[in-house]
Amino acid sequence: MSSYLKNGTVTTDTLPSIVSYGTAVGRMEGDGPLGSCFDYVSEDSCFGENTWEKAESRLQQHAFEQALLRGSIAESDISFVFAGDLLNQCTGSAYSMRNNGLRFIGLYGACSTMAESLAMAAMFIDNGIGEYCAALTSSHFCSAERQFRFPETYGGQRPPTAQWTATASGCAIIGDHSAPPYIRSVTVGTIIDMGIKDANNMGAAMAPAAYDTLRTHFSNTGTCPDDYDLILTGDLGSVGSEILRDLFLQDGISLGERYNDCGLLIFDREKQDVHAGGSGCGCSASVLCGHILGRIRSGELKNVLFAATGALMSPTLVQQGESIPGISHAVHISAESV
Amino acid sequence: MKLTENEYGALAKRRSPDTKLYKTIPGAFVIGGLICCTGQLLLNLYSSAGLDKTAAGTLTSVTLVALSALLTGFGLYDKIAKHAGAGTLVPITGFANAVVSPALEFKTEGYVLGVGAKIFLIAGPVIVYGLAASALYGIILFITQAV
Amino acid sequence: MDYLWAFLAGGALCAIGQLLIDLTSMTPARILVTYVVAGVFLGAVGVYEPYAEFAGAGATVPLTGFGYQLAKGVREAVTADGLIGALTGGLEACAGGITAAVVFALIVALLFTRGDKTAKITGQS
Repeated sequence: MSSYLKNGTVTTDTLPSIVSYGTAVGRMEGDGPLGSCFDYVSEDSCFGENTWEKAESRLQQHAFEQALLRGSIAESDISFVFAGDLLNQCTGSAYSMRNNGLRFIGLYGACSTMAESLAMAAMFIDNGIGEYCAALTSSHFCSAERQFRFPETYGGQRPPTAQWTATASGCAIIGDHSAPPYIRSVTVGTIIDMGIKDANNMGAAMAPAAYDTLRTHFSNTGTCPDDYDLILTGDLGSVGSEILRDLFLQDGISLGERYNDCGLLIFDREKQDVHAGGSGCGCSASVLCGHILGRIRSGELKNVLFAATGALMSPTLVQQGESIPGISHAVHISAESV
Repeated sequence: MKLTENEYGALAKRRSPDTKLYKTIPGAFVIGGLICCTGQLLLNLYSSAGLDKTAAGTLTSVTLVALSALLTGFGLYDKIAKHAGAGTLVPITGFANAVVSPALEFKTEGYVLGVGAKIFLIAGPVIVYGLAASALYGIILFITQAV
Repeated sequence: MDYLWAFLAGGALCAIGQLLIDLTSMTPARILVTYVVAGVFLGAVGVYEPYAEFAGAGATVPLTGFGYQLAKGVREAVTADGLIGALTGGLEACAGGITAAVVFALIVALLFTRGDKTAKITGQS
């Protein structure tokens, strides 16, 4: 049974395994530095559908199918699906899962949803609930733009701090302890709002939440950044990750080379016009499932602290002049079983 | 967090790169200027074709709106706007783009509740406050003329 | 010569708009509203008319010109028809531009597929 340490940190008892994972992305992500890591790249941003919303659901289905395929797992063996996306009422996930008859738990944590779903799935399995649990998230640039910003053909300029929603999806399937990667512990974050109101500067809005969750995780588990080969935040982008480094430096801790951010990895900021980097539920999901989990499985990375971050805002609240609350959840994924 | 909101705001501001004014201002100036030159060309053309000043002006606006609608349809207006910023926002072509782009975007929600209802999503405030200001001016003018 | 003035005057109005975007937290929609209302005001106090005389399209194509048209229309209608002109003059003067935008928007919505900023080539009909 999982044990609750304190302040949101839960350690797993059985060390559940991430038994399989799959990814699907759009053209720009396929052209990016991690292009070859992804299982499915679509040149068609509509994924054969006639609306962006359906395109996102189709994209999510591709990632789910790739994960089933890689692990040779039958769809019917999935006991619970923890899925989320950025769309209103979580429809990207609901519509992608509407025909498969699986037990569905919809989650919303903005861009932090991959860590949220991974944590939930791991805790379910660790406590013997279900055979396999899937953690699955997606985002689509076009469906996110029309909901959060402007129509595609509207002529607007993005400031340098703006991030680019990745058209991407990632799925991890958690099962009983077998081969690595293992999920050792998770820290569920608190909502932190430091008064940032600029919806074009999500990195700055989310960085304090990442700082708080990481610091809490280190202190609760008695670890320090040096104990990890990689500390990977989800979608802070260039602005947010610089701020996160600053916040740790104020504590006298240098994150150094072992720190990276999914939003910086998925795109080439020099060649691709994405300003501060990638964002979206699918960004951290696809980077984790496409680029990181395989390297943990092979033993190249031993201990990874994955801390996806989310900006829990809506256009309505931003228009009402409210500041943007951030959240971050951390998941410790390890190649070591002792 | 040891920082207060103000201290954090200052840190965030320090780490947030500013827009490169040496790029955006000339971009807006040149492209905005060129759109106005196109307007002047059309105005001169229609005037030399014998139209009176008001008709030529209206036809110039209509032509620019049509050109902008076409560029928006082909997905080119936003590509220009990326470099032009206010240069494509402030001219009447920007108004047209603000009307056409939601119409195109929301047609998946149908022609009535999508296209029809969302067409003034962005440009609506311009018409609302433009008309309100002009009506206010009309009332003031009427009173001053009557006095 | 009128092209040069149109370029400089129109360019300057756009450059001011860009400064507002970059240096203030004003959203594009707020800037446009400000421009139109400023155009109505400048038209009402009689400043915009002489400016438009020498700047030509450099004054009428930017959205301040839209405001100026509204003010001019209202002035003419109030002078001719009295108070009712305050409600009719503005829209009458700008009817062409607004109706054109709506009609062309409908045509584009009918004929084109929606845009996609992530695609290499966009928007074929």
